[in-house]
Amino acid sequence: MSYNFRDLLALEPLTADELSFLLEQSKPFQVIQKNQLKKLATLRGKTVALAFFETSTRTRISFGAAASRLGADTMNLQAEASSLKKGETLLDTVFNLNAMKPDCLVMRHAASGAPHYVARHLDIPVVNAGDGTHEHPSQGLLDALTILDRLGTIKNLRVTILGDILHSRVARSNIHLLGKFGCKFTLCGPAMWVPRELEKIAPGTPIRCVYRMEEALEGADVIMMLRVQTERLNDPPLSPNDYVLLYQLNAERLRRASPHAIVLHPGPINRGIEITPEVADGPQSCVLEQVTNGVAVRMAILYLLISGATETSTHPALEVKSKESTNASD
Amino acid sequence: MLLISGARVLDPASKTDATCDVLLDGEKIKEVQPAGKLAAPVGAEVFDASGLIVAPGFIDLHVHLREPGQESSETIETGTLAAARGGFTAVCSMPNTKPVNDNAAVTRFILDRAKVGGSVRVWPIGAASVGSQGEAIAEIAAMKEAGIVAVSDDGKPIATAKLARQVMDYCRSLDLPVIEHSEDVSLAAGAVMREGVTSTRLGLRGMPAAAESVCVARDMQLAELTGARVHVAHLSAKASLEQVRWAKSRGLRVSCEVTPHHFTLIDEDVEYDSKFKMNPPLGGRGDREALLAGLADGTVDAIATDHAPHEPALKDVEFDRAPFGILGFETALGLALQQLVESGRISLMRMVELFTTGPAQVLGIERKIAAGQPADLTVFSIDHPWTYQVKESPSKSRNSPFDGRAFKGAAVATIVAGRIVYKQ
Repeated sequence: MSYNFRDLLALEPLTADELSFLLEQSKPFQVIQKNQLKKLATLRGKTVALAFFETSTRTRISFGAAASRLGADTMNLQAEASSLKKGETLLDTVFNLNAMKPDCLVMRHAASGAPHYVARHLDIPVVNAGDGTHEHPSQGLLDALTILDRLGTIKNLRVTILGDILHSRVARSNIHLLGKFGCKFTLCGPAMWVPRELEKIAPGTPIRCVYRMEEALEGADVIMMLRVQTERLNDPPLSPNDYVLLYQLNAERLRRASPHAIVLHPGPINRGIEITPEVADGPQSCVLEQVTNGVAVRMAILYLLISGATETSTHPALEVKSKESTNASD
Repeated sequence: MLLISGARVLDPASKTDATCDVLLDGEKIKEVQPAGKLAAPVGAEVFDASGLIVAPGFIDLHVHLREPGQESSETIETGTLAAARGGFTAVCSMPNTKPVNDNAAVTRFILDRAKVGGSVRVWPIGAASVGSQGEAIAEIAAMKEAGIVAVSDDGKPIATAKLARQVMDYCRSLDLPVIEHSEDVSLAAGAVMREGVTSTRLGLRGMPAAAESVCVARDMQLAELTGARVHVAHLSAKASLEQVRWAKSRGLRVSCEVTPHHFTLIDEDVEYDSKFKMNPPLGGRGDREALLAGLADGTVDAIATDHAPHEPALKDVEFDRAPFGILGFETALGLALQQLVESGRISLMRMVELFTTGPAQVLGIERKIAAGQPADLTVFSIDHPWTYQVKESPSKSRNSPFDGRAFKGAAVATIVAGRIVYKQ
């Protein structure tokens, strides 16, 4: 097993083996998150450029934390501070960043495919931290890691995704990852957000679109909530009351799912809209574990892409563990 | 005088397909005779065209030359050079320049520029409404006097059904065709490609095929209401073609054109590369099949390129931000030969018709190779292998999805008013 790409732009083109490798590489970093001392020296002297052309809080902080816990420095570019508003093209902005010699570019952009476009013109690894309504690969990986933690497997599960699937990059990355492990998908939400075309976006993966939430939850092992973006509620105009009536995940509806079912949400949560506080804070919810796993997954991504490590290299997290134990005996 | 000898003459108007000599005298054709029967007059230039095809001059009903106003993307000079290389002898320039060609002064400017720097004939199309804003009818009669051949608000449809009806009524009285960019702008708003599995997979906003066909239905019914000559530009959807077929079956004076990119590519070819972004967007597999059938059965009247240059600074950006449109002149004939003739879909004669008599009929003019006719001829080969290199194009822009594509057959010479304006 190995990961042989320069970039991480999308999960769709990756094989089950490559995805398993990324998840395996993340596991030792999960342990690091529990340590007193979380900082490694693996990427000391390396620089990660974080270019967020679309506002983001948690993904940006998570990548920043991942970089610094690997010992790398970061350069930050945020949409507000960027020169795009002064008329500079995306490519010029990125070339300027690249001229400061980072070792990797992590980028988020409101246009689907923008990281693919940038990667064609750069000679350093590009990590897609969310592109428009296309993919969010690190989110897909951290969700899979969370499911592995809770259910012990990501194989052959019944996964239900609820909400605005059409505009969700999280949903696409999850479908392309879990679909390669035999998971079956049920997509549910208002019809204009769940077009039938979704059933065909991942040939080989069984995907069905249903419009009644009760039907969608029946027997589900994993329930993935998506944030209802309030700006989407304006186009088309859809009453939040109607949404709550038809699609809010509450305790009663959750009982239709399998008893061991878990609930994921990429955040930020709109309490009382797509999910009730009771469910969001309940035992089946994995929301905060997802956030913790996010740092581990992003450490693995940065480590693999920047150091070009392979399966045979000693994992840095394991190295540190042995050092720590040496320290303990001092 | 110029004697073109030994060519295979393909003339759809007279249904001629024979080896002939064609003698040009000044701006007119002087004589057409079976090969060997014409001796070159003293002092005449002789063009040995044996092994080549001579057709009436190709007409492109739909082009953007960007002058006046966007000369960094194209000028009349560079655009018509590219047109000549593609074998076109006349191009109809859409009015969405800056300023919009909505009055006789702009029309005359375009014609003056074409006279000075144009390689081929430029036939301007005037705006249907002032500024193509869809409110007041433009000075169509004055523009007709200045030389427009049709009206259109291309880039968008005539904004309302009411105004479209009024423009059609008016143009019927002026005997001008109304060319419609049929699009329901509310259904298409914000979209960057055709809606379907590919747009859903790529997370790009799609417009449904109905964004076009809903408006074609409107325009066909208004053609019936008004009796006007209505021509649908760059038709891309199966459902739109069915609307045109319906209108034709009722004997209405309607016509439509299809672009080479729509009969060659489909939405599945889009991979975040803005060279595949145009409006109307590439359709689905079924749409392309329907267009190929329509080209064969006569529902489609013309091949038009919708040549839409955009300088690299504008086009080489994120897919969402890139303007719509691609280059068309130099690849049109190669694509038609490859996709339509070589594949056995249509005969070579029918292909020539789609580039010549078809568009001519839309404009209400004649196009044939006969004594006394204008000496506008396209000479082309059907077997010469070549590769399109967009960097060698005389166009100022580089936005072609066909860069690097291999072809068989191309324009060898383009003759306008008796003058060879391009020779390979």
